Amino acid sequence: MLDQSKSEVITTDLLKHIRLNKSFIIWLGILGISLIVCLIAYVDQLKNGLGVAGIRDYVSWGLYISNFVFFVAVSLIGMLMTAVLGLLKIKWAAPLTRISEIIAFAFAAVAGLVIISDMGRPDRLIYVLTYGRVQSPIFWDITVVTIYIVISALLLYLPLIPDLKICYDKLEKVPGFPRRIYKALSLNWTGSVEQQKIIKKSIKVLAILIIPVALGIHTVTSWLFASTSRAGWNSTIFGPYFVTGAFVAGCAAVIIGMYFYRKNYKLEEYITDMHFDNMGKLMVLVSLIYLYFNLNEFLVPGYKMMKFDAIHLNEIFSGGHAFLFWGTQILGLILPIILLLFKKLRKPFPIMVISIFVLVGAWFKRYIIVVPPQEHPYIPIQDVPSVFIHYTPTLDEILITIGPIILSLIIITVLSKVIPIIPIQEALEDLEESKEQGVRGKR
Amino acid sequence: MIEKEEKPKKKSRREFLKELGYVGVGTLIGGSAIFAGVNYDKRKKQVDRIKVLTAENELIEIEKNSGTAVVKSKKEILTYLQKEGREGIPGKRWVMVIDLSKCKNARKCMDACQSAHHLRPEQSHIRTHKMQESLDTPAYYMPKQCQHCDNPPCVAVCPVDATYKRPDGIVLIDNERCIGCRFCIAACPYSARYFNWTKPLHDAEDKDKDYNVELNVPQRKGTITKCLFSADCLREDKLPYCVSACPNGVFYFGDENEDAVTNGTTKETVRFKKLLEDNGGYQLMAELGTKPRIYYLPPKGKTYPFQDKDKPEAEEQLENS
Repeated sequence: MLDQSKSEVITTDLLKHIRLNKSFIIWLGILGISLIVCLIAYVDQLKNGLGVAGIRDYVSWGLYISNFVFFVAVSLIGMLMTAVLGLLKIKWAAPLTRISEIIAFAFAAVAGLVIISDMGRPDRLIYVLTYGRVQSPIFWDITVVTIYIVISALLLYLPLIPDLKICYDKLEKVPGFPRRIYKALSLNWTGSVEQQKIIKKSIKVLAILIIPVALGIHTVTSWLFASTSRAGWNSTIFGPYFVTGAFVAGCAAVIIGMYFYRKNYKLEEYITDMHFDNMGKLMVLVSLIYLYFNLNEFLVPGYKMMKFDAIHLNEIFSGGHAFLFWGTQILGLILPIILLLFKKLRKPFPIMVISIFVLVGAWFKRYIIVVPPQEHPYIPIQDVPSVFIHYTPTLDEILITIGPIILSLIIITVLSKVIPIIPIQEALEDLEESKEQGVRGKR
Repeated sequence: MIEKEEKPKKKSRREFLKELGYVGVGTLIGGSAIFAGVNYDKRKKQVDRIKVLTAENELIEIEKNSGTAVVKSKKEILTYLQKEGREGIPGKRWVMVIDLSKCKNARKCMDACQSAHHLRPEQSHIRTHKMQESLDTPAYYMPKQCQHCDNPPCVAVCPVDATYKRPDGIVLIDNERCIGCRFCIAACPYSARYFNWTKPLHDAEDKDKDYNVELNVPQRKGTITKCLFSADCLREDKLPYCVSACPNGVFYFGDENEDAVTNGTTKETVRFKKLLEDNGGYQLMAELGTKPRIYYLPPKGKTYPFQDKDKPEAEEQLENS
């Protein structure tokens, strides 16, 4: 009887946030208006060409490409949380899988749009398919990103099917039409043994599949740079360097998400201090690996100081980009590692603040990777207007860069408003299991 | 002669043979008269005959005023130019030799290039750089454009085959195809590619022109432009714009297969291999494995001294090393 009521409590707790309330509408409204402002900037770019941005012939990849790399990076967290931790049967991570899948899906889907904003002729996007050359890393990138979006969507959807059925059953206040959508999407889920078996198996297959695909998207993204001969990009470790960096950014994004969901949706009992503590430890682990790759990436060429490497490294170590470079390395990587070693700083609020530093640092780190190597090509830059030499983003460009961030926030906000943010079915199964264990324990 | 056998069946055999005879003789005389006339005409009005290339790539000769001008749709013209632009000029392997000892930074090559390709002042497919390898080595002027590499990194990374390598050695860029991703700019180690960030300079007046991939005019907003070895000039058996514009004899241009290059200023034709051999020719950053089709002759015994005012700019790259 007690268990019955407990599962009732869990269900109502986890469905509580699925309702329209004032703060949600205000938040969505702010996001919507900001997105429209950004869209106006994009329309200006469509009309007047990429020249409205600060990118020019020498630094021809700027904020947009940095942003693209950042989006792909953050989206990798879905693979780490769902697939790696899931397949390793790490129990504490289970309630966080939906949050990380929502983030992964939103960022991966928007990454595709970010890359379009960087195209000089977006009207010819279809040419990539009709005239596509398999030899080009861009072709690989588009292929793996598309596959990753599809698998991420499936990994978000499949575990959701039982929950959608619960939504349909329990959310009696929801008006008819959305409720019917829940029913339709739950695909006649009855919870029978056979259905359970099918869904468990499919999730497992997808979880295995997503690992190489996720590694693929960020490795191929890194190859957009590493496949050129520019000093600063011409590196053999760019693939793992990007992938490990992606996990750092993704962990930070999930921790920030956890904090606000827990606070706004009153989920203190489900996303506990233990979860933050563990995520903190996970972040220290991935950050240490990333630090190791950073050492390799900068120390090895820094030791040799070959002519063009030297120009590039001097520029970021002590030149015009030094402030950003050391800022991202110290505030976004080294300091967080040290701080998160303390248990007290792995409590929800401090770790959220640290994660914001890590995430912002991760964004600027992408900028440092993308922009400076273009400022010092092999042939000196001479006789060009000064805007060609020093890259300064324009207002339009900044707005078009912020736009995708807002769009992914909108996707995350809306998704987490219509579906349970903690997997209910799994929480109930956990309850069942602990009950059984309890019974066994008594005997 | 077939029509002569088509006779009314009711006539007698004798009558028929007679008529046949008349017709036969008549035809013979008439035919030879026409033949003679045509031949005479041909000799008389030789100047009025022109050679034209058919759509099937056949060269035929017609009378200048006899041909009715075929009105081709814009699309047909474009298709033809695109096809021609992809196929290149058969049997040729174009090469350029740049003699650094002769360059005095006159920049006539840049002007000619800009006006031919309708470029903005800050764009030029060719640029003269002020170069210095190290503080102790002499500074010199170096014209630099697309190196038309035989192993071109830009072509490798292009996702839509917009930039391509032709059999005659030229790397071209098709602005009907380019999606503006600028991966080629990132990949090119010679910084030889330029982008139309905004509306091109001659946008309004070029609007109705047929796009010629060998000239890359009209320039298009949101696409790439770069040196084309003046493929349109080569098709007309002329030297590239920059080569013939140079007043100082810096550029040699020619066909590797013929082993002959012609100086754009003196119009002197020399052996290509021997020119390299005698002057220590080299390629720009050959260590990258790009296999450029442009060869440089070192700035040995410069005809014109390096200007002192250009020193600081030449030294700029050295600051950090």
